[in-house]
Amino acid sequence: MTEPVPAGPTPIEALHDEGPAAPPRSQMRDIWDQFTRHKGAMVGAFFLVFITLAVLIGPYIWSVDPQKIDIRNKDMRPIYTMLWDSSAKVSWAKPLGSDQLGRDHLAQLLSGGRASMAVGWVAMVLSLLIGTVVGVMAGFVKRLDGILMRMTDLFLSMPILPLLLVAVTLFRQPLRAAFGPEGGMFILIVAIIGITSWMPTARIVRGDILALKEREFVLAARSIGTKPFRIITRHLLPNVLSPILVSATLGLATAIITESALSFLGVGFPSDFPTWGKMLADAVARMEDFPERVMLPGVAISLTVLSVNYLGDGLRDALDPRARGR
Amino acid sequence: MLTFAIRRLVLAIPTLLFISLAIFMVLQLAPGDPLADQPLTIPPEVRAKMREALGVGQPPLVQYWKWLVQIAWVEPKVLIDWLTRESWLLGWLPDTQLYQGELRVLSWQTRSPVMDIVVQRIPQTLWVVGMAYVVGILIALPIGIYSAYRHYSVFDQAGTFITMIGFSIPPFFTGPLLIVIFSVQLGWFPSIYDTTLVVNDWSSFKTQLQQMVMPVMVLALQTTAQISRYMRASMLDNLNQDYVRTARAKGLSEAVVVGVHVLRNSMIPVVTVIALNVPSIFGGAIITENVFKVNGIGQLLITWLFANDLPGVMTLTFIFAFLIVIFNLIADILYGILDPRIRYD
Amino acid sequence: MKLKTLMLGAVAAAGLAPAAFAERGADGEVKIIYWQAPSILNPYLSSGTKDIESASLVIEPLGRYDPDGALVPYLATEIPTVENGGVSADLTSITWKIKEGLLWSDGTPFTAEDVKFTADYCMDPSGGCAQLAKFDGVGSVDVIDPLTVKVTFKAPTPNPYGPFMGGQSPIIQKAQFEACMGANASSCTEQNFNPIGTGPFKVVEFRPNDVITMEANPNYRDPAKPAFAKLTFKGGGDAEAAARAVMQTGEFDYAWNLQLAPDVIKSIAEGGKGTPVSAFGTLVERIEMNMTDPSPDLPEGERSTVAHPHPFLSDVRVRKALSMAIDRALLVELGYGQAGRPTCNLVPAPANYASDNTDCLAQDIEGAKALLEEAGWTDSDGDGIRDKDGKKMSILYQTSTNAVRQDFQAVIKEWWSEIGVETELRNIDASVYFGGDPGSPDTFQKFYADVEMYAKNFDGTDPQSYLSMYRCGNEPKPSSQWQGENINRFCDPAYDALLDELARTGELSKRGDIAKRLNDMLTKDSYTVVPLVDRGRVSAHAVTLGGVALNTWDSELWNAADWFRIKSN
Repeated sequence: MTEPVPAGPTPIEALHDEGPAAPPRSQMRDIWDQFTRHKGAMVGAFFLVFITLAVLIGPYIWSVDPQKIDIRNKDMRPIYTMLWDSSAKVSWAKPLGSDQLGRDHLAQLLSGGRASMAVGWVAMVLSLLIGTVVGVMAGFVKRLDGILMRMTDLFLSMPILPLLLVAVTLFRQPLRAAFGPEGGMFILIVAIIGITSWMPTARIVRGDILALKEREFVLAARSIGTKPFRIITRHLLPNVLSPILVSATLGLATAIITESALSFLGVGFPSDFPTWGKMLADAVARMEDFPERVMLPGVAISLTVLSVNYLGDGLRDALDPRARGR
Repeated sequence: MLTFAIRRLVLAIPTLLFISLAIFMVLQLAPGDPLADQPLTIPPEVRAKMREALGVGQPPLVQYWKWLVQIAWVEPKVLIDWLTRESWLLGWLPDTQLYQGELRVLSWQTRSPVMDIVVQRIPQTLWVVGMAYVVGILIALPIGIYSAYRHYSVFDQAGTFITMIGFSIPPFFTGPLLIVIFSVQLGWFPSIYDTTLVVNDWSSFKTQLQQMVMPVMVLALQTTAQISRYMRASMLDNLNQDYVRTARAKGLSEAVVVGVHVLRNSMIPVVTVIALNVPSIFGGAIITENVFKVNGIGQLLITWLFANDLPGVMTLTFIFAFLIVIFNLIADILYGILDPRIRYD
Repeated sequence: MKLKTLMLGAVAAAGLAPAAFAERGADGEVKIIYWQAPSILNPYLSSGTKDIESASLVIEPLGRYDPDGALVPYLATEIPTVENGGVSADLTSITWKIKEGLLWSDGTPFTAEDVKFTADYCMDPSGGCAQLAKFDGVGSVDVIDPLTVKVTFKAPTPNPYGPFMGGQSPIIQKAQFEACMGANASSCTEQNFNPIGTGPFKVVEFRPNDVITMEANPNYRDPAKPAFAKLTFKGGGDAEAAARAVMQTGEFDYAWNLQLAPDVIKSIAEGGKGTPVSAFGTLVERIEMNMTDPSPDLPEGERSTVAHPHPFLSDVRVRKALSMAIDRALLVELGYGQAGRPTCNLVPAPANYASDNTDCLAQDIEGAKALLEEAGWTDSDGDGIRDKDGKKMSILYQTSTNAVRQDFQAVIKEWWSEIGVETELRNIDASVYFGGDPGSPDTFQKFYADVEMYAKNFDGTDPQSYLSMYRCGNEPKPSSQWQGENINRFCDPAYDALLDELARTGELSKRGDIAKRLNDMLTKDSYTVVPLVDRGRVSAHAVTLGGVALNTWDSELWNAADWFRIKSN
C-alpha cells in the first residue's frame, strides 16, 4: 500500500473519481435544505413566528389593558361587520369588538395568546419529555418494563379532578408564596397538564421501541460494542420521531384546551385573566349573536396547532434520510 | 405468548389492588364533601349527622377495606346470581343464590347499588360512545393510509387540514354549534338524547339514529383526527423502507404491498392508540355526554365527582383501571402478532 | 277553601288561558327538564332542589306555600292557626286535620299514622335525615284519631309550621317505609326511588341522575286532574341547553332555574316556542366581609379566627366605602336582568320582615374615597393603591365558579380599583367551595380570603333561624371543625340580645320589627354583610303549557296537578 503508484495510465483510469464536485455537505445542512424546501413547513413556520411575535410584541403595540372594563362600550362588533351590516355597533377603538363587560377583544386575544402559548408549549414539552423517557426506558430495559407500565396504568386510571384538587390543596399556597399569584399558578397548571398527559406518548414510544430493538441495525450496533445510551439516542430515537411529533402536535392542542377546563375548576389563572381556551368557552353561550367571539380564539388555536403540525411534517421529512432528496 | 398472558393476568391482581388503593388515597386527600350539593339552609349539626349516617368519618383504611370486600366479594356474587337466573348465556344453570343480602357498594348520592346504575348506563354509552369510536376508526384508517400513500396530494392536505382543525376545536364548542345548526335552525335532530327510547321497530330505530347522529359526529371527529394522524405518520415511516422496494420488485400489486406489508408494519403505534382509548369508551365522553344529555357513564362519573360520592367514583375508576390493564395486555399481545420479532420472555 | 284558592291561583297565573279542565290524562304527555338530575326521590335523604322538586310531584305535605308565601292546605283541611284553634294559645302545639277519603297511589287509605311515621322516620337519630331542622324542637307527634294529628313542641314555637309543611317535609307511607328506619334508610333503594304518594303523579321508572318517567296517579283526590297522563322528568346538561330545549326547539315543556346572563336568555327566548317566567324569594347574592385576618403568614389554626382582627376590614368605614363603590343596578343589568333587583337587605322578603333600607343603592365613588381618607388610608407612595403604616389595601376576593359571578368579580374589582383598593380574584369549584371539608383551604366557611361572594336564602317565610346564624360564637373555627354559620365572624352582644327577644315574641308585627332591626344591624349599620342582588328565579315554560305559577317559597312544581295543554284552536 505504501509503494509508490507506478507512473502511466492505468486501465481503470476512466473510473477514477475527479474528486468531489463540491465540498462535503454537513448532515445538518442537508436537513436544513430539505426543511426549507418543504412548502408546508415554511408556511407553518411563518404562521407560528407570526403568532408568537404577535402575542409577544402585540400587547406593547396595542397597549389597551385586556382586563379594563368599559361597560358603555360593551358588546361591540368587530370592524369588518360593517361590510354586511352598516348598523352594527363598531368602533375603531375596538377593532375586534368587545365582550359583555366591554373588555377589548383584540387586547384579550393578544394577551390571552401569550398565556395559552406559554402553557401549551411548556406543558406539551414536559409531557413529551416524560412520555418519551418512560417509553424508551420501558421498551429498552426489560427489567423496568413491568414497573413503568404499571405506573402508566395507574396514571391512566387516576381520575383527574380529585388529583387536581389534591395538587391545589397541597401546592398552591407554597407556589404562590414563591412565585407570585400568576407565576405560581403557571407552574401548577403546566405541571398538572404535563403529568396527566404523558401516558399515551409513553405507550406509543414503548410499542415502537419494542419492535425496533429487535431489528438488525440495533443488533449490528450492539455487536460493535455501542453503549446502550448511544443506541437509544443514535439508533432508536430517530426512528420513533414521527409518532413523537404527532403526539407533540396533538398535545399542544390538548394543553391549550385543558388549561381552559382547569380555570373552570378554579385551578387556573384568575377569572379575569384571559386565555384563548377560556375566551372560547365563555363565548359559547353567545355564539349566535356574536360568532366572532368564538371564531377568533378558535381560529387562533387551530392556526397554532396547524402550524405546529406542518412544521412537524417538514421536520420529519427532513430528518428521514430516505425521504430526503426525493 | 400464552405463558406471558397468564403471567400478566396474575400480576394484574396486585396491580389493581395497588391502583385502587392509590386512587382511594387521592380521593381521601382531595378536599370535598358529599354534602356539597345540599343547600346552605341545612344547619351544621344536621350536616354532621348526615355525614355520620354515610360513614364519612371512619378511618380511611376501614372504608377502603369495606369497599374492597364489597367490590371483590359481594358484587361478583350478585353478578353470578344474575347470570344464572336471567341471562341467556348461563340461564340454563340452576339459580346459584349466592347473594344473601349483604351490603353492596352503595352510592352516597343515590343510596342505591352503584353497579345497578352502571348497568343501566351501559346501553346508551355503548350506543353512542362505542359507535362513535367504531365510526372514528373506520374513517381514520383509510384516511391515514391513503394520505400517506399519496403524500402531499390534495387529499392528504385536505385531510390534514380538516382533522387538525377538528382536533383543536374542543367538543364544548362543536357540540353546541351542531345543536344550533341542526336542532335549532334546521330542526333535523333532537338536541336532547332520550335514554328511555326502546328500539323495537323501524321508526324507533330511525329515532335512535337521529338522536345519535350529533354526539357520534362530535366524538368521531376527535377519534378520527387522532388515529389518522398516527396512521399516516407510521405509514410514511414504512413506505420508504427497503422491504417495500423488495416487495414491489417481486411484482406484488400495490394493493398487496400497501395493504398487507406496509400496513402490518405500521400498525404498532395505531394499535397502541386504539387499545389505549377503548377503556375510555367505557369511561365515557364526559363533555359530549353532558352537552347532548346522553347520560352515559361519563356523565355519571362527573356527577359523582362533583358530588364527592366516594363509593361511586371508586367503583367507576376501578372498572376503568381494570379495562386499562386488560387492554394494555391485549395491545402487548397484538404487538407480538404484528411483529413476531417482539419477544417478552 | 282549598279549591277556591287553587282556582284563583290557576286563573291568576294563566289568566289568558281558558281554564277548561277536561278529564284526567286528556292532555297526553308533559316533559320537564332540570339541568341538575335528580338522584333520589326521598327528600329526607337529600335536600337538593332537584330531588325535592321532583319528589314533590309524587309525595305531598299537609300544607304548602303559594307563590305569595301564604300557607295553603294540601292534605289538611285547613291551615291550623291560633285563631281557628289549631295552634294552642301558648304556641306549644299544633293540631292538623286531614282531609277525608284520601288514598295513596296504591289504593290504601291515608291516615294520621302515616303522618306520625314520617316524623319518627326523620327524627330517628341514626337515619341522617336531611330535614331534621324542620323537626327542631318537636317533643312528640301524636295520633288523636285517624284524621287528626297533634305535634307538641318542647318550648313555645312562634312558627309551628316546620314539620309537614312545604316540599321539604312531605308525608311518606308508613307501610312502605316501615323497614327503612334509621340505619336501614340507605339500603331501601326501591322505596327511595319509587315512593308511594298522594300527589298527582306516580313513578313508573326512576333512573338515578338521568330521567324519571311518571304517569297520572289513578287515586288522585281530584278526579279531573292531572290533565297529563304521562310526565317525563329529564335531568342533566346545563342551563343553556335546557333553555334552548324549551324556548328554541320546543322539545320540552318546562325548564327549571335558568341561571344565564339576561342577554343570553333574551336571545334564546326569541325562538318563540317558550316564555321565561320569574319570581322572587329570599335568595340574596352578597359580599361577606371577613372581620378576622386571613393572612397566610399566620400559623394554621389562627388564620381567619377571632384571635386576629382584620387589619383594615375591621374598620366599619372601610367596609362602608367598599359597599359605596358598588353600583348594584348595573350588576343586576349585567347578571340577572328580570331575575334580579338591587337590594341592601339580607332579608328581602316577605314584606313583614323586609327592612326599608335603601341607603346603598346609589353608587358614590367620591364618598367612598373620602371615607377611606378619613379612615387614614391614603396612597402615600403613589402607586394607585391606598396604604397605611406600610400595609397595602389589597383584597383577595373569592367566590364559586359561575359565569355571572366571575363577571361580577371583574366589575367590582374595577370599582374598587377606582377608590384605590387592589383586588385579586379567585374562583373555586362549587363542590369544594360549598363542601365543608375541614381539610380544604378553599371552603367558604374557612374564609381564607378578605371578602367572598355567594348567595343564600332561608326556608319558608320566617327568618328567625336565618338571622340567628350571626350569633357570637357561631363562627366556623378550628375547634368546631370549621363548621358554623357566622361566616363573617361577626359578634355584637346587642345583636344577640335582640335575637333572644325575637325567639320570645309571637306577635307577627313585633317579630317583623325586630327582624328588620337585626337586618339593619348587619347591613347598613355595620356593613358586615354587603347585599348586592335580590335574586329571583327564572324558569321557562312552553307557550302551550298552561297553569304554571312560579313559586319560590315551595317546590316550583307545586301545582303540577293544575297544569294543562293550551289548545291552539
